[in-house]
Amino acid sequence: MSQPSYNFAYLDEQTKRMIRRAILKAIAVPGYQVPFASREMPMPYGWGTGGVQVTASIIGPKDVLKVIDQGSDDTTNAVSIRAFFAKVARVAVTTHTHEASIIQTRHRIPEAELTAGQIIVFQVPIPEPLRFLEPRETETRLMHALEDYGPMHVKLYEDIARHGHIATTYAYPVRVAGRYLMDPSPTPKFDNPKMQMSPALQLFGAGREKRIYAIPPYTDVVSLDFEDHPFEVQRFDRPCGLCGAESVYLDEVITDDRGGRLFVCSDTDHCEERRAAGQRGADAVPQAEELR
Amino acid sequence: MQGDEAPLLVAEGVTKYYGERLGCRDVSFEIHPGEVIAVVGESGSGKSTLLSLLSQRLELSSGRVLYRLDGRLRDLSESTEAERRRLQRTDWGFVHQDPREGLRMNVSAGANVGERLMATGWRHYGRIRSTASDWLSRVEIDADRIDDAPKSFSGGMRQRLQIAKNLVTHPRLVFMDEPTGGLDVSVQARLLDLIRALVADLGLAAIIVTHDLAVARLLSHRILVMKDGEVIETGLTDRVLDDPARAYTQLLVSSVLAA
Repeated sequence: MSQPSYNFAYLDEQTKRMIRRAILKAIAVPGYQVPFASREMPMPYGWGTGGVQVTASIIGPKDVLKVIDQGSDDTTNAVSIRAFFAKVARVAVTTHTHEASIIQTRHRIPEAELTAGQIIVFQVPIPEPLRFLEPRETETRLMHALEDYGPMHVKLYEDIARHGHIATTYAYPVRVAGRYLMDPSPTPKFDNPKMQMSPALQLFGAGREKRIYAIPPYTDVVSLDFEDHPFEVQRFDRPCGLCGAESVYLDEVITDDRGGRLFVCSDTDHCEERRAAGQRGADAVPQAEELR
Repeated sequence: MQGDEAPLLVAEGVTKYYGERLGCRDVSFEIHPGEVIAVVGESGSGKSTLLSLLSQRLELSSGRVLYRLDGRLRDLSESTEAERRRLQRTDWGFVHQDPREGLRMNVSAGANVGERLMATGWRHYGRIRSTASDWLSRVEIDADRIDDAPKSFSGGMRQRLQIAKNLVTHPRLVFMDEPTGGLDVSVQARLLDLIRALVADLGLAAIIVTHDLAVARLLSHRILVMKDGEVIETGLTDRVLDDPARAYTQLLVSSVLAA
C-alpha cells in the first residue's frame, strides 16, 4: 500500500490562507478571540489541534521547530507533534529554545528569553477567560465588546475574601494592550510576566473552541490584581535539584515510594543547557559516575 | 418632598405586544427626582411588563422612554447597548421580586455589594470591602456576614442585600418589582421601613410595582392603577386610595382586608 502524500504541513493551502487571515486579524486586535474554521486534525480535540493548526499555517521549509509540553521536550505529546511536523513538513526540529524560529507549547513559556523573529504558539483548551463566570457565549461576547469585565474582579475579590490572597495560580487572566481580557492558556502565573513586552510574536490556538488570538511583539500585558493585593508570581524555596537554577519554575518528581522527591526545572532545555555549561544542583549525579 | 422641576424619566405611549397578546398599552407618565411612584394592579395587569420596558430590559413595541442624562432628556431607544448597560450599572437600580435573580448566590455578600464598584473601576480591595461593609450595616445586615454567601441568608436578608447591591453606586432611579413579595408580615414591615428611610435619605426616585396597596400607601407619592394592560387611574396616592374614582380602583381598595 502506498504512503499517502500530504500537502506541506498537512493542511491544504486554502485552509492555511483562512487561518492566516484569522491570525492577522488577531494580531490587529490584540487579545481578541477570532473565530476560525477549525479543521479535522489527525489527533483528537484536547491534544493540541489548535496549536497544530496555527503552526501548520505559519511554518515554512526554513523554519526550525521546537515543541514542548509542560516545559519538556521529551513527553509523549511533544515528541509526537514534533514527529508529525517532521513528517508532513520535513522541517528541522530542535530542543534548544534559542535555535527555534517557532515554538509550539502546551502550558509553559520557556525560561530562556525569546527574541525578535521568534514565534511562540500556545495550545489553548478554553479561550474564554469569563467562561466559568458566564456560561453563555452570547453574553461573554457582549462583555468583551462592551469591556464589561466587572465579574472577573468579583472573582478575584472573592478569592481574597476566602483565602486571603488571589487563589488563581494558572491561566491567570490578563488585560492586553489595555483593552481585551485574555486567558493566557493554562500556563502558571509564574509565566505571565514573560508575556509583557515580549520581542516575540505570541499566538494562541484553540481547536475545539475554534478560536485564535494573539499578542503582537512589544505589547502591554498586565495581570489583573487589586491595588492593595498586587500580582505576585510563585516563589520556590529551593533551586533546581539538577542544575541549581533559581527563579525558574520547578516540577516535583517522585523518586521512590518512600516519599523521596526531587524538584527540577520544568523547562528541560534550560536545565540541560545549564548542566552542559557545568552548573550543578544538590541532587545532580556527578558526571564521572558510571551506571552500574 | 419633590426634587427640582424637570422630570427624571418620561414615558410616552409605552406599549408592548407579545405577538397578538397585549402586555401593556399607551402608558404615559413622568417621574421627578426624589419621587416614588407605585404601579398597582392585579396579576396580569401589565405592571411587570411596564417595569421591564422602562428599565430597558424589554424592547418597546411602540412609544418612547426618555431619561434625563447630563441635563437633557434622551430617548433611550437611541442609546447604545454600552450606554444602556452603564445606566443599569450605575444610575439605575433594579430590585427583583426574587432576590436570587438580582444576586450572585454563590459569591459572598461583600462581593455582591462590591460588584458594581468593581464594574465601575474600583481597584482597592480594602476600600471596596469597607464600602460594602458600610452598606451592609445600612440595610441592617450584620457586618460580620460580609463573607457569607446569600445562600445562607434568609429571604428578608437576601432582599436587603439586593437593595444594598443596587444602592452602592448612588443611583438616581430605582425600579422595584414586588420588593416585599413572599416575605412574612413583620419582615415586610421592616423592609418597607428601610426602603422608606433610604429613599428619603438618598433622594431616590423609585418606581415600585406591587399588588399590595399597603406598600403603595406607605412608600409612594403617586400611584398608577393598571388593569388589562392599561392605566385606568393615576394621581396622588392618598387621594386615589381614599377616594378612588374608577370602579376597579374602588374594588381594589375595598378588597383590602381590615387589619
